[in-house]
Amino acid sequence: MNAVAVALEAQGARESTPRAERLVRAAERALDRVFGAHANPLRRLGALATWLLGWVLVSGLYVYVFYETSVDGAYRSVQALGEVQPWAGGLMRSLHRYASDALVIVTALHVAREWMLGRFRDFRAYSWCSGVPLPWLLVASGLVGYWMVWDQRALYVGTSALEWVGALPGVGSAAVRNFVDASALTDRLFSLLSFLHIGVPLLLLAALWAHVLRLARPAVLPGRSLAVGLSAALLALSIVLPATSMAPADLSQAPQRIELDWFYLGVLPLADRAPLATWALLAAGTALLLGLPWLRRPGRAAAKPAAAVVDPARCNGCSLCVADCPYEAVVMAPHANGRPGVRMAVVDAGRCAACGICAGACPSATPFRRGAPFATGIDLPQRPLAALRAELDTALDRLEAAPSPRVVVLGCTHGARLASAPVEPGTAMLAAPCTAQWPPVFIEYALRRGADGVLLTGCPPDDCAWRLGARWTAERLAGRRQPWPRAQVPRERVRLHWAAREDAAELAHAVRRFRAALAHAHAQAEAEAGTTSRPHADEPEARDA
Amino acid sequence: MPELARYTGQAVLYALFAVVVGVFSVWPPYSLLEPGQALLRLSFSHPGKISTECRTRSAEELAKLPPQMRSAQDCERARSPVQVRVELDGRVLVDESFAPAGLARDGASSGYRRIPIAAGRHRLRVLVRDDVRPQAPAHEREVALDVAPGRIVLVDFKAEQGGIVIR
Repeated sequence: MNAVAVALEAQGARESTPRAERLVRAAERALDRVFGAHANPLRRLGALATWLLGWVLVSGLYVYVFYETSVDGAYRSVQALGEVQPWAGGLMRSLHRYASDALVIVTALHVAREWMLGRFRDFRAYSWCSGVPLPWLLVASGLVGYWMVWDQRALYVGTSALEWVGALPGVGSAAVRNFVDASALTDRLFSLLSFLHIGVPLLLLAALWAHVLRLARPAVLPGRSLAVGLSAALLALSIVLPATSMAPADLSQAPQRIELDWFYLGVLPLADRAPLATWALLAAGTALLLGLPWLRRPGRAAAKPAAAVVDPARCNGCSLCVADCPYEAVVMAPHANGRPGVRMAVVDAGRCAACGICAGACPSATPFRRGAPFATGIDLPQRPLAALRAELDTALDRLEAAPSPRVVVLGCTHGARLASAPVEPGTAMLAAPCTAQWPPVFIEYALRRGADGVLLTGCPPDDCAWRLGARWTAERLAGRRQPWPRAQVPRERVRLHWAAREDAAELAHAVRRFRAALAHAHAQAEAEAGTTSRPHADEPEARDA
Repeated sequence: MPELARYTGQAVLYALFAVVVGVFSVWPPYSLLEPGQALLRLSFSHPGKISTECRTRSAEELAKLPPQMRSAQDCERARSPVQVRVELDGRVLVDESFAPAGLARDGASSGYRRIPIAAGRHRLRVLVRDDVRPQAPAHEREVALDVAPGRIVLVDFKAEQGGIVIR
């Protein structure tokens, strides 16, 4: 037999990738080459948004220290920032504007990316829907911010926005009078605007917290190089093109040309012409976004995989699955056996991604027991560990006849296309929904059953379909996270190589290198034992982790 | 990709991002009005007259009422809608009736309209009727205006300033 390949398909992950997803992945991989995967802005959009929000808050607080909440002082105090302290207040004001603008771009890209990747259904519906109000709060905050400057643009923004709001049935236009009648304009308006410009961002922060509530270890910082690069770009922009005010607001004069910040104010020209149609458009867009998780193409049935299930009889309450779940879907609760002080894992099916990482974390998942049916404390109904062990057994049986060194590749269905990878002799490939579903004890099991080496693969950490699967796998292998392989497992016979689904050839190359390394080690061992042996391949490269 | 090429690529992309942010934060400029246009704004908040006649309570009636409710006049709460007609050079720009606010229709009527007009000389006539009784007099004001481009002409109604205010 020249080759042995067991390629497993699971959960429809092998079905053809939608065009939108391919587009996003192509863009991400292109930027990977420039920024590196870890600092790729497309892979860090959520974290970039929080970083920019941080800049907006810090610069906004500085600007607010010098802001005068009065009709006469509002414009003057903002203008003085650039004139009196250009390298402090002026810079902060510009950063406040440009970081806010960048925040809109990043937020829009974040929404588009998640939509194109299809990340809004099932267990992601909560995060998706809780994110929908965020752009509204962001734009509302920006609109109020532009009022505070009290220049001609502020006057336009105030009247236009309130005309637009007033067009809603039952609202009325009384509020617009604050911006058209000088006698109605008082200092209290600017106190109110300040309150709104602080209050709405606070609401935004609260909504942001709710947005990431169901994510374990949400990425809120983009990484040093990305944070530095983006901050430097905005700083340079603030120096080259400082944010400025238009002429002071004059209630008797309409500006002929308004320098509009299209990121925040772009909706107003549309609202000027068709206020109710603009409301209808935005309401429809919002409703569409909110309903997206439940919209499916006709004929395409919902294929939500079953959630993980806990076997109370085998759950020892160790809580490793709770610590590893990327979506906070597993919690500890009093044990079903009712014994005081004993706890067990409980799965919230609505939050469960069916990734199987919890099963890989379960210490009761040992494949060595032969006497009883293979079972574990927590498992995936449609992809149980018993099935994975059976597939591994089959693969190892076939490998017995294959040339040495024999390698088992344990991967995931979202990583490199194992089935389409060039097949190596003496290699068996298996895929679980996530690489972290393979309990580390399966490595020892494969080695003891005749494999010369085990190569773990899957989507790379920055491209992980289940957020944390690659990270937990690496940490388990390194002995930094439980469960880890036992000490007697020879580490030189275990290798880790991440490969995205587009990198099948690279994975095959990594397998060849690993086999060569194993052959070399085997030859060396035989030479030391006084025997001779012909190595199967060249010296190994030390590229893989 | 070589280090130098990577850093150059990053610099180019950061610069591109900054350019997009900088450009669209002020450009393209927007014009609310066409060249040579001015703006006429109608904006008022005025409570119309009580829509029905009040009745004077008798001494017996007042005695029966709790002390804090002994108002000499017994009036319905509903107010008249405020009718506004604005004509510019004889052309009707606004001719509407603005209903009082509130469930009991006892609040002020508010109105707001934004109407672009051509700059130049005009005759502006404003008529406000805040009482539904047919014999009630209407407020009327007519002025000659020379409006510069971009100028905002505000039409308001302030009872304490004699009624219709144009500025």
